[in-house]
Amino acid sequence: MIIFSVWAGNSKAQAKKSALTRPPSVATLSAGKTVYTNTCLPCHMADGGGVPKMNPPLITTPFVLGDKSKLIGIVLNGFSEDIEINGERYSNIMPPQIQLTDAQVADVLTYVRNSFGNKVSAVTVAEVKAVRAGKK
Amino acid sequence: MNKKLFWAGCGSVIVTAGLLSFKLLTTGTGAADNAGLTLPQGFKAVAIAENIGSARHIAVTPQIDIYVHLARPQNGKGIVVLHDNGGPKADVKTSFGNFGGTGLRINNGYLYASSNSTVYRFKLNANNEVINPDAPEIVVSGLVSKRTHEDKAMAFDNAGNMYVNIGAYSNICSELDPDKKGCPILDSAGAIWKFKTNKVNQKQSDGVKFASGLRNVVGLDWNQQANQLFVMQHGRDLLTVLFPKLYTAKQSAELPSEAMFALKEGDNAGWPYVYYDHQKQKNMMGPEYGGDGVKEADPKYLKPVMGYPGHLAPVGLMFYTGNQFPAKYKNGAFIAFHGSWNRAPEPQEGFFVVFQPFKNGRPDGQWEIFANGFAGTAEQKAAGRAEHRPVGLAQANDGSIYVSDDSKGFIYKISYQK
Repeated sequence: MIIFSVWAGNSKAQAKKSALTRPPSVATLSAGKTVYTNTCLPCHMADGGGVPKMNPPLITTPFVLGDKSKLIGIVLNGFSEDIEINGERYSNIMPPQIQLTDAQVADVLTYVRNSFGNKVSAVTVAEVKAVRAGKK
Repeated sequence: MNKKLFWAGCGSVIVTAGLLSFKLLTTGTGAADNAGLTLPQGFKAVAIAENIGSARHIAVTPQIDIYVHLARPQNGKGIVVLHDNGGPKADVKTSFGNFGGTGLRINNGYLYASSNSTVYRFKLNANNEVINPDAPEIVVSGLVSKRTHEDKAMAFDNAGNMYVNIGAYSNICSELDPDKKGCPILDSAGAIWKFKTNKVNQKQSDGVKFASGLRNVVGLDWNQQANQLFVMQHGRDLLTVLFPKLYTAKQSAELPSEAMFALKEGDNAGWPYVYYDHQKQKNMMGPEYGGDGVKEADPKYLKPVMGYPGHLAPVGLMFYTGNQFPAKYKNGAFIAFHGSWNRAPEPQEGFFVVFQPFKNGRPDGQWEIFANGFAGTAEQKAAGRAEHRPVGLAQANDGSIYVSDDSKGFIYKISYQK
């Protein structure tokens, strides 16, 4: 359903867009959804809404919609900063998802950035590689 | 218990109650529907307060004032005082305290309330009203608080001691014990600490580590029959995510148990090395520390006195000492289960108050759901998007009990009318 509406909503604009801003493919979103279900869903929940005070939502937050390298960094390095997201604090520590390949990180972040009401550009394998190379 | 039939029955009751409450709210009443809750025959619930904030632990005085601790202050006040006037809505008397938090309890002429790092207390007058709301004493400050499991909840014995939970700031200590040399959290947290109540301005180091290996406890209470501290531990998360070869999603939803412990000084409940399996009724070796879902734990670790399904998040524990409810409730335990988030892809569960029968200071017999329907519809419950979530429990002198809700800020009064 989500995949379909993303496609439908963008189908006209798509022709004018460059490869970088083109809506993600069904295959990418489907692969991303699989990674999401196995890795992210237990904490961030099926609807991406997170858990109040514990696990942050992935819906229209600057962390998901904003700087992609920062977002990739959260997946690769984990996240334990004490920050507020839309006025709420979240207490659980996110462990680094070191088991995910570059392609899986790209797929899942593309899926997250185009699900739950989010609709922003895809994350590419090259972008993930760049962040991973710069890490440590 | 036939759970399936029970849930199915509840579903229809909740739907009906939901429709009723919509009607009744618009006409300004709302008592006839038990405020959306389902209860055993003869019990009645009224929502005597609504939208007062993120209501955590509560206490009620003989004058039927109800102190409510908010997780986060509203208009700068973290404690709300209600008065139950016997009518459908309580009076809001006052509010005070510039800190939010969970723990709140009355003991020996003081109202105790905690932030995530400090336990304060306010002297009470003869009517159990706070004398100086702007100048609490600090009983103990500087308690370990590192975001995860940072709630501090308190209970008191009859010998001048206060017991405070200092939760482990981790799910299972993996990130802090990668080489499995022993979890460093256990030096200062993952334990119940004991402090004297005749001293103020204490530090954590002035207290005693009373019982350790407890991942996180929010519901705790002193059992007068056993003269012993009972606590509800929140079991670890993510068995199937971290060990997909050892645990199915279904197993990971049910395990490990949320566990009730009866504690003695020096006990070690075994976190992070051990978890409890209520289906096998055994302490199991944790998979991070050599376990495989089959190997049992070292018997040196304390065994729970009862286990409950995984992830239901018991955040309130209260032994019922009143005379209003039928005899079977006397000295038994009420447990508020805040509700799960960590059972996906299985439906979320909890969001109810359980009654655990007791005999001679120990659990005796099958637990049962006492008050249900906090979550709303079956869909809301399954998705973990509950309307209300029970947290705090308190008993009035007349034997009625109160239940707080930190989602919509309701306070429910539950009475028995035969």
